[in-house]
Amino acid sequence: MSAPASIIWLARQELRLAWRDWRSLMTASERRPLSRALLVLAFVAVSLHLPAYAMVARFADVGLAPDVTQLFSLSLVVLLYLSLLLSQAMESVTRTLYSRGDLDLVMSSPVAPARLFSVRIAANAVLMAIMALVLSSPFIDVLVLVGGPRWLAGFGVAVAVAVVASAVAVALTVGLFRLLGPRRTRLVAQVLAAVIGAAFAIGIQIVAIVNYGGPGGAAALLASPTLTAHLPAAGSPLWLPARAVFGDLAALVAVVAIALATLAAVMAAFAPRLGEYSLAAVDLIPTRHRHQRRFRIQSPRWAMRRKEWLLLRRDPWLVSQTLTQLLYLVPPALLLLHNFNGASGSMVVVVMVLVTVGGQLAGALAWLAISGEDAPDLVATAPLVGAAVVRAKVEAVMGALAVVLGPLLVIVAVISPYHAAFAAVGVAIAALSTIQIQLWFRAQARRSHFRRRHTSSRIATFAEALTSFSWAAAAGLAAAGSGLAAASAVIALLILAGARSASPRKALASPGAVM
Amino acid sequence: MASPGTEHRLDMDRAGDLPALRLRGLTKSFDRPAVDALDLTVRAGEFYALLGPNGAGKTTTLRMVVGLLRPDAGAIEVLGVDALAEPVAAKRLMAWVSDEPMIYEKLTPLEYLAFVAGLWGIEPAAGERAALELIDWLGLAAHANERCEGFSRGMRQKVALAGALVHDPRLIILDEPLTGLDAGTARQVKDVLQARVAAGGTVIMTTHILEVAERMAERIGVLSRGRLIAEGTLAELSLRAGRGGSLEDVFLTLVADGAAA
Repeated sequence: MSAPASIIWLARQELRLAWRDWRSLMTASERRPLSRALLVLAFVAVSLHLPAYAMVARFADVGLAPDVTQLFSLSLVVLLYLSLLLSQAMESVTRTLYSRGDLDLVMSSPVAPARLFSVRIAANAVLMAIMALVLSSPFIDVLVLVGGPRWLAGFGVAVAVAVVASAVAVALTVGLFRLLGPRRTRLVAQVLAAVIGAAFAIGIQIVAIVNYGGPGGAAALLASPTLTAHLPAAGSPLWLPARAVFGDLAALVAVVAIALATLAAVMAAFAPRLGEYSLAAVDLIPTRHRHQRRFRIQSPRWAMRRKEWLLLRRDPWLVSQTLTQLLYLVPPALLLLHNFNGASGSMVVVVMVLVTVGGQLAGALAWLAISGEDAPDLVATAPLVGAAVVRAKVEAVMGALAVVLGPLLVIVAVISPYHAAFAAVGVAIAALSTIQIQLWFRAQARRSHFRRRHTSSRIATFAEALTSFSWAAAAGLAAAGSGLAAASAVIALLILAGARSASPRKALASPGAVM
Repeated sequence: MASPGTEHRLDMDRAGDLPALRLRGLTKSFDRPAVDALDLTVRAGEFYALLGPNGAGKTTTLRMVVGLLRPDAGAIEVLGVDALAEPVAAKRLMAWVSDEPMIYEKLTPLEYLAFVAGLWGIEPAAGERAALELIDWLGLAAHANERCEGFSRGMRQKVALAGALVHDPRLIILDEPLTGLDAGTARQVKDVLQARVAAGGTVIMTTHILEVAERMAERIGVLSRGRLIAEGTLAELSLRAGRGGSLEDVFLTLVADGAAA
């Protein structure tokens, strides 16, 4: 048994909290059995091996002495993986930095801050490593099964990449903190995390093109003599991670050693003052606003809409989440555009992407406005009928959606008014559908729990996504003049009907109000 | 001293002898009866304290009055308005302050008050004037344009109270409004409430701080197991309990008698 306040003791405490946090996330705060969540996870993990087989099985027979092009391609994959993990790690570090949690307790305890925050940085790296293992497992499993045990080295590289990502995330976030100050860092770090994460998705797109090749594709570019001539030789340290993945044990030892050294350096450099930064972040001097034009109220509904818009605009987590949502949809759009040759086909893809984004974004905004109402008693005791409150909130969501997607729709309209009309109608229907799902499944929650909104109802989450995709397909097919649009629309309506029958409340009512 | 925003006061209610609140047979059950056929009348222009042990049904009663819970049976009348038949009209006359101040972290106090004034349909100029007066009166002027996210509990409670007053309600209902407040802030809140009553408003408040009820309330109601077991001035309650002393002594005797009955 470890001594109290020792490094091992602190690490056990951190990991226990992380485990309980994860368990709570998986079981929706113990409302569902853990065994069921584990079964679903296992099913998903096994299912992922099929696409993984299709993607990587053919590379399993690459020998222990790969050429430069192969090393370059695999290095790109490692880099993309690093960007994904870095995004997650930055998000995690920012969240830790800006939440008070047990900060007062630990900072007032006799434990040296350097020791405590070293443990926290290390614990975060362990969690990132577990995530990295889970994400890479289907691909590495396939390579091991097809190509032999030498591919097991891939797991070592996955862990090393996660450790480096955790260390770089701490360094980057603290660097931003010093450069921009606590107030700006929160938003900038969140946005940066979203952009870095999207870089991974965009990168996957490039890899997909590389894998499938084709005239003018990136495969041809990567294999071109011009590029190969500028790449370092196969023995360069630059290719260490790639060589490690291919099963070079010496390279693997070097990669893991570099990763651990990076983490140790970051712990030594930043842990002693991380507590002070965190205190500075949570004790921010409140933002001041100019007092002007606040009492321009015209009706209670107007007041409600204005309040919702103010809160949406001032939500840093929402800004980054929205940006992530938009950025993650760019690669699929690019991929689809790449596969469509005609201009009309491209516009159909644009219609589909816009409708999908519209539906998903409306769902997120509706959760904030409807379930994330921080003063439900105030709204419920105000002299408004419930339907008026709901209508005002829906109007606020649709208005915010119009601000985000309106400019894109205008651009589409300039190119093709015909397709813009389908996109606008599709966005409106998809948005109203996901808002309706939020109304059926609403559950009072703190606005700050936005990141965990999916845990309150998996059915609502899936229904939102499937409805958006179905309406996107319907709008795209309709724009392409296909009669199959009707079938897709029927599917969307069936999903809505299913969501309604599974929802805890099937009728519209005001949030919290009873009369 | 008159509190801000009390231009159109309620002397007419006093003159007309219209009760601020009348409950008849109010009933609500969850797993067991929480409020049991409760009859209660609060006169307009009085400070009424509702006392009772934990689980007596105080909060449930008040939440039904302000429209946050639907009663299983009974009638609620607010200044002559049937609150179950005309909820919007009744809500227009009332304000609710809960023990946990619910405000928006990302709004400033002035923005919050503008929102509340808007919900109650207050004319903008009057709303802004009342808001500024309340902000000043509650000592929030230095923070009027700061977001509420960094505010202490006391400051949040002041903002919530200002929100309850900005639309000049004729009936203010407060559930444990002094919980967790420091002495200075509690004093300010008490001053605000007494000023409202002095100006003709009606205040109904639950509290576990019996000295506050003893000192501020004109009449006190004691709830136990969802029923009103005693009501009156402190002197009347003392007589009923058959003992003198502090309200604490009287309260404990009444509750013990009520439990034994």
